[in-house]
Amino acid sequence: MLSEAVVELSRWQFAITSLYHFLFVPLTIGLSVLLAIMESTYVMTGREIYKDMTQFWGKLFGINFALGVTTGLTMEFQFGMNWSYFSHYVGDVFGAPLAIEGLMAFFMESTFVGLFFFGWDKLSKGEHLIITWLVALGSNLSALWILVANGWMQNPVGSEFNFETMRMEVTNFEAIIFNPAAQVKFVHTVAAGYTTASAFVLGISAYYMLKGRDAAFAQRSYTIAAGFGLAAVLSVIVLGDESGYTDGEVQKAKLAAIEAEWHTEPPPAAFTVVGIPDQEQMKTHNAIKIPWILGLIGTRSFDTPIIGLSEILETNRLRIQNGITAYGLLQKLRDDKKNELLITKFEAVKKDLGYGLLLKRYTEKVIDATDEQIEKAVKYSIPQVAPLFWTFRVMVACGFISLIVFVIAVIASSIRKCRKEWILKLSLYSMPLPWIACETGWFVAEFGRQPWTIAEVLPTFLSASSLTEWDIILSLAGYIILYTVFFIIEIFLMMKFIKLGPSSLHKGRYHFEIDERGLS
Amino acid sequence: MIFDYETMRIIWWALLGALLIGFSVTGGFDLGVAVLLPFLGTNDNERRVIINSIGPTWEGNQVWFVMAGGALFAAWPLAYAVSFSSLYFPLLLTLFALFLRPLGFDYRSKLPNQTWRKTWDKALFTGGLVPAVIFGIAFGNLLVGIPFHLENDMRMIYHGNMMTLLNPFAVLAGILSLSMFTMHGAVYLQIKTEADIQQRSKEKVRLFVPLTLAFFALAGYWLTFLDGYHITSEIFPTSPSDPLDKFVKREPGLWLDNYGHYPNLWLLPLSTFITGCITLILSSLNKPGSAFIFSAMTVASIILTAGCSMFPFLIPSSISLTSSLTVWDSSSSLKTLTIIFWVTAFFLPLIMIYTSWVFRVLRGKITVEHIKKNNHTAY
Ligand code: HDD
Ligand code: HEM
Ligand code: HEM
Repeated sequence: MLSEAVVELSRWQFAITSLYHFLFVPLTIGLSVLLAIMESTYVMTGREIYKDMTQFWGKLFGINFALGVTTGLTMEFQFGMNWSYFSHYVGDVFGAPLAIEGLMAFFMESTFVGLFFFGWDKLSKGEHLIITWLVALGSNLSALWILVANGWMQNPVGSEFNFETMRMEVTNFEAIIFNPAAQVKFVHTVAAGYTTASAFVLGISAYYMLKGRDAAFAQRSYTIAAGFGLAAVLSVIVLGDESGYTDGEVQKAKLAAIEAEWHTEPPPAAFTVVGIPDQEQMKTHNAIKIPWILGLIGTRSFDTPIIGLSEILETNRLRIQNGITAYGLLQKLRDDKKNELLITKFEAVKKDLGYGLLLKRYTEKVIDATDEQIEKAVKYSIPQVAPLFWTFRVMVACGFISLIVFVIAVIASSIRKCRKEWILKLSLYSMPLPWIACETGWFVAEFGRQPWTIAEVLPTFLSASSLTEWDIILSLAGYIILYTVFFIIEIFLMMKFIKLGPSSLHKGRYHFEIDERGLS
Repeated sequence: MIFDYETMRIIWWALLGALLIGFSVTGGFDLGVAVLLPFLGTNDNERRVIINSIGPTWEGNQVWFVMAGGALFAAWPLAYAVSFSSLYFPLLLTLFALFLRPLGFDYRSKLPNQTWRKTWDKALFTGGLVPAVIFGIAFGNLLVGIPFHLENDMRMIYHGNMMTLLNPFAVLAGILSLSMFTMHGAVYLQIKTEADIQQRSKEKVRLFVPLTLAFFALAGYWLTFLDGYHITSEIFPTSPSDPLDKFVKREPGLWLDNYGHYPNLWLLPLSTFITGCITLILSSLNKPGSAFIFSAMTVASIILTAGCSMFPFLIPSSISLTSSLTVWDSSSSLKTLTIIFWVTAFFLPLIMIYTSWVFRVLRGKITVEHIKKNNHTAY
């Protein structure tokens, strides 16, 4: 049996490396599209300044992209290295979207990104524009496929357990691609990327405007970012709401935990704005509630109840008992694979096999589990409420503040008079918000799925590789040290190039290269 | 068209080989070029020539490697699980070394400071050296067998440690692969550069082709008495993947078994020597473009030789013979193999087409003048 520590450390390592990967991913996804928009403007209008914009923001894109690729490599390896039982158990289903991602997206993105940087004088204007769009398409497609994979972990459709191979296998691939959980995840995440990149360009352009430099360059960038950003953040919010709705359908425990909905309320349920969730007593202290809202978001109706956690626990108790039966039958089947009777019996209960596996945390002999062990497993079968409750609210708050910022920015960019210093400062200082929202968003999505890696199929604590504590301590220390060094270097370079601004292109027409007053 | 399970498994075994060869032929010269960087570039501008010879394309090439990982996961999930978790530290080291590449290429020339640049040069060298060696070590260990066993629920338990993986045969394989990638990188540099650097690359080709062939011969000789593996129970090529359903024996020299049954296979090691010699000749005749094709064939022949010796084994277990993973008992389901096969059949040719187009757009030599002219945009 795996030690608790190995599992904990593996989880920490996955959480740290994936959240770190996702510092760079949203900027790549969004900025690649913004670059394509800027370059399209250049090709249509023929005005050099848009080319300069593409090239300058492209430089910052490159600095970010390098770390995106670096940290992505870790992700691809980590499933096999640290989650080998997971890899065996779901590779038949999960590996396919990952492989398709490589074929369809990574190759395109990575092959053309070189031409984006080095092809300016080797390609015609139109050809280069196509390259830029292909880079953008590649990074967005990569998001699609990885989220199809991740969506399946949240809502494992189109697949079944096969006792002969002891793993999940594909039964319906279309269902996996068109998984509602994956679809809403894709649009929400991609829109989050667009928001992030817009906030980035908006903030840095505001900085140039505050410094009174490169006015023409900064204003155009600001305008594009404001417009694109507003559309993006609106989509994020609308589609975030959609995520909540999908959770209500397929991940009831996650939704209930996010909302600290301890007991099923008469519909439509109230929305708890803030409060202090208490898992032991199963109630929320000092809660401030708005009636009806949660029911409307979660179910889109007035009369469907949102299932509370205590009711979910009751259901889970039954499923665990069923799971014990399934587990017992599976052991017999392993020794007697052709026994039709056993097969029929097993097929009838196998959807609860995962719940049986939950007991493995407390006993090797699942079939002989005591009532006390079953109770422990029931308690363990829902996620921790408080962290989810708070991170979710942080994400939503970031979303709404960003919305306000982009609305103001759109007004400021269209009406010259409104371009007040405080607005520019607001644009600059609100830059981190989308990153915070993305990180907390992933936390909600992943922590909310606990105790499962594959919802209701495979518990997290079984998924890890049989490594020793020291193996993981060493690798985790390595990742942390290297990632910290890389982060410092990247921020240093980013700052340096942001300060240089478009003069880093050496075109001879920007701040530091000319006397600014002579220009405008 | 519908293929049966047996055919599909063989196709995926071949496709995995194709991806590994794809990586070794494209990403392989990038590794070699990085290894040669400190030896061929005597000053900053020369080093920049070398870096820029692969600068715009290395990233796409590396995806072959990512892709081989992805395909292994999708088509051979058990093999992915077993190899990646038992080769934990070698892979970690590879990963850490690979980290240095995107950063090295992209960040190195962004600042003029010489200490900064020299540090990144060392990083790029490490990023080429370590993976080049470890790929060989990993391959060598597959031939030796990995000390793991599978429990009844298919959980993999690894019984070795870091030192187990550093056995003499694996180390020889590591040296072979370093030499092979360096040879390939030198041929590539001979194409992309001129004057001094080109001359020095040519000398390296002259050194590394014979070395590669010598190490290859040595490894081949070793294989004749190294313990090989063989399935002794009846094989059911279309049954569901369950490795524990078979028996395996281990004996010295068994890796040559396939050559006994299919004498045509001898053409593979033979091809290594022939194409290697042709590479050498073409390179000294100053025909690096054609030499490159032959050094690519040398690389492919070496990998195919190793793969065909092992067939049908993917990962033999040295301590629990039945746990060994083979082509017949560790693949994904027929359905998954079929789906990803069609996706691959569509995209792989497309990828090759646009990759060749990109290489064509970027053809031509990289010179010191070119670097000076593009001081601010080149890597
Ligand atoms: C929503 C988007 C998204 C998510 C959830 C992930 N990634 Fe990622 N990944 C990207 C979006 C992305 C990208 C936008 O395509 C990147 C980021 C920056 C970049 O350079 O490409 C990338 C790069 C990237 C690379 C390097 C590709 C190359 O060489 O071009 C690999 C191997 C991975 N990722 C693998 C993963 C894995 C295994 C993940 C799952 C745990 C993962 N990524 C999560
Ligand atoms: C880049 C995007 C992602 C982020 C930011 C992210 C975030 C996280 C976090 C925070 C955890 C830790 C949760 C915990 O241990 O409490 C986690 C765990 C995990 N995630 Fe994700 N995740 C991402 C993408 C994915 C994808 C795409 C997959 C699979 C396709 C995945 C699979 C897992 C697995 C296997 C674990 C370990 C088990 C666990 O502790 O939950 N993650 N992830
Ligand atoms: C303001 C309203 C928002 C709502 C109602 C909302 C809702 C949600 C929900 C319910 C999830 C969990 C999905 C799951 O269960 O798997 C989620 C995840 C996520 N959110 Fe939000 N969100 C909002 C704003 C934002 C913003 C502004 C960003 C970033 C700019 C963001 C980025 C993310 C990311 C990256 C994830 C993880 C991926 C995913 O599961 O889709 N969200 N969001």
